[in-house]
Amino acid sequence: MSHPDLPQGPIDVLVAGGGNAGVSAAINAAEAGCRVVLVEAAPRHMRGGNTRHTRNLRVMHAAPKGVLTGAYPEDEYFEDLMRVTGGETDERLARLTIHDSEAAMDWLIAHGVGFQPALGGTLHLSHTNAFFLGGGKALTNALYRAAEAAGVTVLYDTSVNRIAIEEGRFTRARIVDAKTSTRIEARVLVAAAGGFEANIDWLKEYWGEAAENFRIRGTPFNTGGVLRALLNQGAQAVGDPKQCHAVAIDGRAPKFDGGIATRLDSVPFGIVVNKEGQRFYDEGEDFWPKRYAIWGRLVAAEPDQVAYSIIDAKAAEDFMPSMFEPVQADTIEGLAQRLGLDAGTLAETVAKYNAAVRPGTFDGQALDDCATEGLDPPKSHWARTIDEPPYSAYSLRPGITFTYLGVKVDEDARMIMADGAPAKNVFAAGEIMAGNVLGKGYLAGIGMTIGSVFGQIAGREAARYALE
Amino acid sequence: MPWSDPLTEAERQFTICNACRYCEGHCAVFPAMELRRTFSKGDLGYLANLCHDCRACYHHCQYAPPHEFAVNLPRVLSQLRTDTYIECAWPRAFAQAFRENGVVTAMAVVFALVLFIMAAMFFVDGAVLYAAHTGEGAFYQVISHEVMVWTFGAAFGYALFAMAMGYLRFRRITGDRGGGLPSAARAGHDAARLTYLHGGGTGCTYPGEAPTPWRRWFHHMTAYGFLLCFAATSVATVYHYVFGWIAPYGWTSWPVILGTLGGIGLIVGPAGLLALHHQAMAAARKEPDDGPEDPDRMALDTGFAALLIATSATGLALLLLRETAAMGMLLVVHLGIVMALFVTLPYGKFVHGLYRFAALKRHAREQAAAQAPGMREE
Repeated sequence: MSHPDLPQGPIDVLVAGGGNAGVSAAINAAEAGCRVVLVEAAPRHMRGGNTRHTRNLRVMHAAPKGVLTGAYPEDEYFEDLMRVTGGETDERLARLTIHDSEAAMDWLIAHGVGFQPALGGTLHLSHTNAFFLGGGKALTNALYRAAEAAGVTVLYDTSVNRIAIEEGRFTRARIVDAKTSTRIEARVLVAAAGGFEANIDWLKEYWGEAAENFRIRGTPFNTGGVLRALLNQGAQAVGDPKQCHAVAIDGRAPKFDGGIATRLDSVPFGIVVNKEGQRFYDEGEDFWPKRYAIWGRLVAAEPDQVAYSIIDAKAAEDFMPSMFEPVQADTIEGLAQRLGLDAGTLAETVAKYNAAVRPGTFDGQALDDCATEGLDPPKSHWARTIDEPPYSAYSLRPGITFTYLGVKVDEDARMIMADGAPAKNVFAAGEIMAGNVLGKGYLAGIGMTIGSVFGQIAGREAARYALE
Repeated sequence: MPWSDPLTEAERQFTICNACRYCEGHCAVFPAMELRRTFSKGDLGYLANLCHDCRACYHHCQYAPPHEFAVNLPRVLSQLRTDTYIECAWPRAFAQAFRENGVVTAMAVVFALVLFIMAAMFFVDGAVLYAAHTGEGAFYQVISHEVMVWTFGAAFGYALFAMAMGYLRFRRITGDRGGGLPSAARAGHDAARLTYLHGGGTGCTYPGEAPTPWRRWFHHMTAYGFLLCFAATSVATVYHYVFGWIAPYGWTSWPVILGTLGGIGLIVGPAGLLALHHQAMAAARKEPDDGPEDPDRMALDTGFAALLIATSATGLALLLLRETAAMGMLLVVHLGIVMALFVTLPYGKFVHGLYRFAALKRHAREQAAAQAPGMREE
């Protein structure tokens, strides 16, 4: 039985994946006159992949632009990218992304996306990042409206599970939903189905059983089926297959889809211990936004992939509020009991830490002079004694945002095959190819910029090929 | 399906929102939320009445149901708003009117009409009631000016007093410490423009997911229509007492121009709002548990909107037919409807304006204080 919502007649462009990149590609292709079918694995209310959880776009601009303050010139943008990736980027594609980011923002506005000034708590991003009014789901809704207006057929609850590429040419795919499995042909395939971070078995190949304790911050639908199919069909891989972007989030976050609200910012204002009650890293090394991505990895390396951020009453309001209530007690021993830790060990860890804290002037907004002396590991900033009850604890788990493995593309978003030749009619956009630009690390808002720029290019080039 | 304890539920949801904050560009509720880490009953009553029910935060929420976090602020805040209306009603014995708003409104209309028509038939000579009257004092041939002034003055005075008591009680239960003239001016500006019924710039996501400007425009027509009618009456009062000019007034006189424009607004505006409401409810019935509106909630807006339309329609009919024999009965019917409107004002949708204004005023003061140097950490 074939999919009930498939339109009659030939399909020009098949888009696999309905996040920012996929919908942008679908809109551009449809506006150019193509018959476009977009296949989205999620049901309607969860459509949009990880776009649903995003909130901003990093945009180059020479002068104040809309909600963006000051200027963010190409070189500064490129330097920021080089710094976080350690040079693991394709410079041509990186510069293309940066260059086109401004036009990509205008394109989003023209397609109904609203922007607002930087969110409270992220004002340091006001000159680099344009925030979506209402966040990523508002953007998703606006783009789907534009796609429907352009005549794109959207199939929800449907995924692409087989792709055939013969001699660099996409010929057919199989799309499946709960009831049907349909072989379909299209002149062009746009692959925009994200990474594989929600595929625990795949993560286990690199992380072992520890992956069972990971929390996946975004959509449960990024299981990497399209990525694997393309690699099996001879696409050239890019990005470290073992790596993923992992941040420390509240351990009570749901397995999938907890998003931004599960983040926890208390770490620099107290100490962090593992389940043995021992500290294992400098909690005050740098500002939290610069360190939270390191902590995901750190917690993943501790026993059972769990840790506990412990603060006292002094620090209770020094960080953005959490959606979760802390575990509280009036003594450190009592807190240890509630957490299921050894009371004696935790008391000793806190006592050793307190003894090492040297006097200073606390300033949560600066790299202050509150540090420990003679402690291993040290705490370099914001070190204050933990001695004012009630004591609070938040559990920490690694929260996986995205994976780096992807398919290689060129400046036209055309997928490159393992032999180095471009595929004739396969384009890739979004997280599935973000590793070309972002080989390592993370820069706030760059994922959405890559998705927008390459999604828009992929749609345009797909239409050019299909209509030739 | 209402939450059995909307206060606990709203507190739970705000705790999630305060850790996310993606919606802060949509309206005043989120910046107000961000000034808090905990949410007392008073805070929640204040935030609920600061909410204009544009629903952007629902349609744009990554945690909206069926997500397990089940964030649905428009729905729980709507319930809390009605709860504050009930709690602030004066006298307390009449609070029940909010729970049975449709019945109470309909009964008020029926009762007032029956009373007015019977009084007219009893006190007014049939020859006068069913005759055409023209010239100065034509209306007062049917009902004397003194009777109108005293009955409607008393009813309107009662409504104002009851609402003033409600306003004071609202301030008390939400812990509002008041604000100066600048806050009141800011609140007046935000109320007059419906600054926060705009989704932060894209429009209101009502009655569906796509932003539209319609609800704001229809509300403007309703509110300004109401004010224009009020202005027409005020000007006429000045004409009567200051200049000694007796109604009816000419077609190009200020009372008639203002009243006609206001009357049109009071038909188009409420009719538009009712049409949008109808669409919203149809959508709500499709998603009875997860949607932004509880399909079983009592609808305060429909009774009030219908009453406004009836007031305006009978008023305009009276204007058009004032020189015919239908004038007498039309006047009686129009006055009956206006009486029903006046006495139900403190027990229906109209009070949202009062509490919204109080909340906007508090918001203006809070934000001014928060943005003073050194206050806002972020």
